[in-house]
Amino acid sequence: MGGAELKRIDCLKAIYPELEECAVVTIMGAVAAELYSLGHRPNFFYLEHAMGLASSIGLGIALSQPSRKVVVIDGDGSVLMNLGGLTTLARSRPRNLVHLIFDNETLLSVGGGAPGGYRWFTTATSTGTDLAGIASAAGFPRARTVRELEDFAAAALDALKGHELSCIVAKVDAEMPKSFLMDLHMLENRFEFPRALQLAIKGRSE
Amino acid sequence: MPVSVANSQVVYDAIKHADVKLVSALPETWLVHLIRMADEDPEMTLVRLAKEEEGVGVSAGAHFAGVRSVMLMQNHGFLQAINGIVGVSLLYKIPLLMLITDRGGFGEKDPWQTEGGKHTRPVLDALHIAHEDLTRPDEVEPRLAKAMALAQSSLSPVALLLGRDLMWEEPS
Repeated sequence: MGGAELKRIDCLKAIYPELEECAVVTIMGAVAAELYSLGHRPNFFYLEHAMGLASSIGLGIALSQPSRKVVVIDGDGSVLMNLGGLTTLARSRPRNLVHLIFDNETLLSVGGGAPGGYRWFTTATSTGTDLAGIASAAGFPRARTVRELEDFAAAALDALKGHELSCIVAKVDAEMPKSFLMDLHMLENRFEFPRALQLAIKGRSE
Repeated sequence: MPVSVANSQVVYDAIKHADVKLVSALPETWLVHLIRMADEDPEMTLVRLAKEEEGVGVSAGAHFAGVRSVMLMQNHGFLQAINGIVGVSLLYKIPLLMLITDRGGFGEKDPWQTEGGKHTRPVLDALHIAHEDLTRPDEVEPRLAKAMALAQSSLSPVALLLGRDLMWEEPS
């Protein structure tokens, strides 16, 4: 396990400028905190619970607003809780959805504070489960694993500019974020997010 | 098949009348015609789920995007979706209209349906989810419209239980 040089925060920095027009749905914990630390936008929704359902929410958005790019920023622990969801995404095959999975091989955000740190509870990706392989076998037209920042940036930017359901699994360091602080109540985020999505659509049609 | 095509159409028309544009579903016997109607309707997006809890997320996403949706499932599907209902719909205050075929009640001949049917209403009540039964075709459209109105205004899940007298035509 571990030994990965790639950091979530660097991956997020690499795609951040491209997220302005997208609907972004993240999982809870480190991913949410780090994206938030780069600068919150009303088109970012941080799913603070319900592990596994970030991609399902992304699917609902993608099917309802086909002209908008939807970016789901997921994690190995969450994806493993909803492997069937990968098959639902694949068969629905929205061309406007990009599924990014940060795979740190641990349940970092929920288990990282335990004695022994993140090594306390690893996920099955630490023993060989291949999430990109599962996505590919589920029917994703594009799915790949990346281990270097340049590869992540190239794959993610390509997927964001493309028009095909894509899955990119980034093998990243199991490192706690600098801070979990998010000065934004989940309900405030819940109400601003649809306003941002729907205002933009109304604006476009005018 | 003794599933009522006519009453499935009544339910489907009521769904359309409530301005629903997306249906997520897992099949069960009583739902086969409803799902087929959604599939054949070019104006409807049908999301075929692997597991019912996903549908709670899909409906939340549709709501964020400004689209009305319903979930079609049976008792065990509802029980399967509980974590999503609590962790997304209730926690985040998101409207969710659930149409649950109500197996396991009086007249049920399949032993395996009886336990799920027994626990559906107590679990709905424990979660303070408003629910009503649909047993007659003439009550379907007004009741579904009212259920949708309550889900939208209360920003919460609401359930309609599709009963045997509505969905099944076999003489008992």
